[in-house]
Amino acid sequence: MSASSLTSILIWLPVAGAIGVWLLPLSRYATGALAMVFSLAEVGLWIEQAARFNFSQSGLQMEERAKWFGDLGVSYHVGVYGFSLWLVGLTVVAMAAATGYGFWVGRDRPRGYFGLMLLLTGATVGVFQAQDLLLFYAFFEAMLIPLYILIGVWGGARRMEATIKFVIYTMAGSLLMLAAIVVYGLKVGTFDLVDSPASASRWLFLGFMVAFVIKAPLFPFHGWLPDSYREAPPEVSAVLSGVVAKAGLYGMLRIAIAKFPEPTSFYRTAVLALAAAALVYGSLLAFRAADFRGVVAYSSLAQSGLIALGLFAGTDLGFDGAILQMVAHGLISASLFLIAGVVERRTTTGEFRLLGGMAKGRPALATLLMTVGVISLAVPGSASFAGEFLILAGVFQRAWWWSAIGAGAIVLAAMYMLRLISAVLHEARGSTVSDEALDLRPGELALVVPLVAGLLALSAWPAGISHHSFFGPSPTETVKAQFK
Amino acid sequence: MKLHTTHVDWFGLATVFALIGGSFLALLCAVLVPQALRRAASLGITVTGFTAGLVLSVWLYIDSANGHTIVHGAFYRDRWTALGQIILCGIGLATSVVSADHIPVWGRNADQSHRDDHIAEFFALLLASAAGMAFFVGAANLMVLFLSLEWFSIALYVMCAIDYPPAASAGGEAAGARPEDRGAFGVPGESSLEAGLKYLIVGSFGAGALLFGSALVYGATGQISFHGIAHAVASRGLTGDTFMVVGIALIVAGLAFKMSAAPFHMWTPDVYEGAPTAVTAWMASATKVAALLLAFRLMTTAFPHNGHLWGWAFAIIAAFSLAIGNFAALVQRNVKRILAYSSISHAGFMLIALSAGSALGGRALMYYLVPYSAMAFGSFAIVAARERELGVPVTLENLAGFGWERPFLGVAMWFFMFGFAGLPLGGGFVGKFYVFAAAYRHGWVWLVIVGVLATLVSLYYYLGIVRAMYMRPAEELQVQPGGGVAVGGGAPAAEWLLHLAVGAALAVSVGSLFAVQPLIDLARHAASALPL
Repeated sequence: MSASSLTSILIWLPVAGAIGVWLLPLSRYATGALAMVFSLAEVGLWIEQAARFNFSQSGLQMEERAKWFGDLGVSYHVGVYGFSLWLVGLTVVAMAAATGYGFWVGRDRPRGYFGLMLLLTGATVGVFQAQDLLLFYAFFEAMLIPLYILIGVWGGARRMEATIKFVIYTMAGSLLMLAAIVVYGLKVGTFDLVDSPASASRWLFLGFMVAFVIKAPLFPFHGWLPDSYREAPPEVSAVLSGVVAKAGLYGMLRIAIAKFPEPTSFYRTAVLALAAAALVYGSLLAFRAADFRGVVAYSSLAQSGLIALGLFAGTDLGFDGAILQMVAHGLISASLFLIAGVVERRTTTGEFRLLGGMAKGRPALATLLMTVGVISLAVPGSASFAGEFLILAGVFQRAWWWSAIGAGAIVLAAMYMLRLISAVLHEARGSTVSDEALDLRPGELALVVPLVAGLLALSAWPAGISHHSFFGPSPTETVKAQFK
Repeated sequence: MKLHTTHVDWFGLATVFALIGGSFLALLCAVLVPQALRRAASLGITVTGFTAGLVLSVWLYIDSANGHTIVHGAFYRDRWTALGQIILCGIGLATSVVSADHIPVWGRNADQSHRDDHIAEFFALLLASAAGMAFFVGAANLMVLFLSLEWFSIALYVMCAIDYPPAASAGGEAAGARPEDRGAFGVPGESSLEAGLKYLIVGSFGAGALLFGSALVYGATGQISFHGIAHAVASRGLTGDTFMVVGIALIVAGLAFKMSAAPFHMWTPDVYEGAPTAVTAWMASATKVAALLLAFRLMTTAFPHNGHLWGWAFAIIAAFSLAIGNFAALVQRNVKRILAYSSISHAGFMLIALSAGSALGGRALMYYLVPYSAMAFGSFAIVAARERELGVPVTLENLAGFGWERPFLGVAMWFFMFGFAGLPLGGGFVGKFYVFAAAYRHGWVWLVIVGVLATLVSLYYYLGIVRAMYMRPAEELQVQPGGGVAVGGGAPAAEWLLHLAVGAALAVSVGSLFAVQPLIDLARHAASALPL
């Protein structure tokens, strides 16, 4: 197996797995087990990819190129950069945990469910590896299809409204992106992201940004977020906020910022303002939210804002911090949503007024939620402290008040996260918390502990990501050179 | 005295002959073969006929690298014709396979003893309409154009109405059936007859407009051949001639009737709804293929000097079709009507390619037709399966749970709906991309925007169908049409023929996403036969 074929295998193996799961008439247990085998194989392949990745070499690595349709200059072109490698890793790990959760709780109609989870894995990995605009778009859209069905079939009571909102919002953005892709690609004569030159068109920049800003999301394009995160099955919410939202932020970096330098600096203040608004508004909403998933959902909005702040700061520290924070927050929100699912399974609810006092007699749950919560509120020494510090330092170089706003929001993060922890774990015992509600079972521990272990490892060595995302003298130079 | 006879390249017409020959044999079948064997025998003949047509048109495609006219300039033997015939024969093959189980539709409680009475005639008509369309896409002068248009249209009028049962079996009451069991649509076959009549009247109006337009163009130029018209217009400076302009406008309107583009679409939902679903599937895919391919050739060959005129005309028709098709589909509950409006909106997408009138537009149109016709055919075939299962028209309500009950058909429908909506689950996605590219190259960014907005609107009803199939709450899953007991019960009919056809449509629509380059190469060679 050559190193470059790893990229394609990472995309198509889960798709093949999905087809296998759909076609083979296996039992519920065997279907889930097969899906887990594929998800874990993805993790293994990614480790292999990371091991073979040469961090001291510039440009695209492990690329594969094939003709798709030549007359318009569209090709199947995949490959990885340092930062996309980390996002692919985040995807496969979070997807494996989410698939495992579905296996653990025994989702209905297992063949449909696990097939769609595998399809989602393939599409999301594809987004982070595609180096052709149309291919990127195809994967970007392909993520939507399994998500739509996963929320619509396995979601909560109000899933219909949630799916409609989710699909209409995201498609509105991505169809504008399609128009922008057609215009941009035909104007420059190629759809290849590596070959295509930079453009100064502000309209095209906006066309791309709309799609990314909705997917991320940033204020005021987050209308779909609360419903979807609340109504989706918890493991799908975990993937949605942990991984899929990162596709929007990745798109900002890979396409909007890299290909449109002039419009980026023209609209920088506007985007930074939206990002800051998302950060502050999301934090405030998270503080007001009345349920577990509401807090995590709105904190995702806040974190998307923070990461966008780092990306559009346009400084070395900002870029490094944004990548680190993407991975850190991906792991945090994936574990938090899984824990939310665990709590909901025991108490039938996520509402704070019905919860409380769960720490007593449930040490594993208390320890894990506490650990993730503390990392999430950026306590010094944690991975997200490193990420947030880099982002704030990066945006400080742009103007001091951005980081003042950001620092204020981090205080809010402490408030909402501590409120969450105390409402679930401490305080008086909630009416739905019975003595019979068990602590985390081994199966659940096996899903959440690896995610938390990843976070702890990142806390110990944040430079593992922040120094291994962009090759070259500095991230800004690399971005300016369009990652070549 | 020796009569002067021109040399005729009979092989250039081989596809048409194969299909019409099959039609004659199927008709003979109707009188010579005993009733018990009639269905199998005529199906065999039809499948053989379409297969022969397919093989011959592939042969013609390979053998017609240098396109030219045959039969004294009446018919094009080139790759544009051949590729169109290939697509038509493929759809015809699938239609005949589905029709084997689904014609006539008649509700399950109607008297079934006469089911096979007219099946051979039906297959004869199917082959005849296919032969007409195969002739139509190669038409090289206005006379052949009109002749072949009437040829396939008359066959289609009868096919729409074919579900009208013979008097002996018409009496639902006589058979003692409850009102809700009286065949698919109240009185058996009534809406089929109505569809046939409506199509006849409106279709004749369209054909009349086309004929009148042709007469005006002939009056202005004195020519009926496409090349001759273009030559005359160029040499005598007739671009702005009133006869020419009015003539082109009428021809555009007449063709727009056939491709069911707005505002000439009024017949479409009613006819598609009323016709037997297998016939609807054939019309929604094959008629559009023939009409659009012919329109592209006619416009670019005969009226290149009026490109501005018909380009704008078709662009506006496209915008209308996109708007009306998508918005009207939003409020429908009947699945066949939703798909009918969807086919109007897709006519709009393909007309974007036509209005660009460029080589890229030709490729875009040719490519788009492949996944489109597969998806249109497949989705109507699935509706036919559900209709037969329930014995009532399929609505969003009684589609509930279908996806879980019939996993293969459900997943196929899922693919078709997402493909129609332009999500990357099939060639529909690349088709839309090509169409937008053609519009952009033509300088029409506004048309790209219209297309994008139309796609966004269309998501609502395409996803609505998926929602109905998979996501309805459990209490809605017990289907009780007409308020009575759940129909039938037990396992649905195996229908492996229908599964085969749907599987082929699925393979084409998904395969066209991956095999873009080969398909585009075919389309490029086909479009190179046109004077672009």
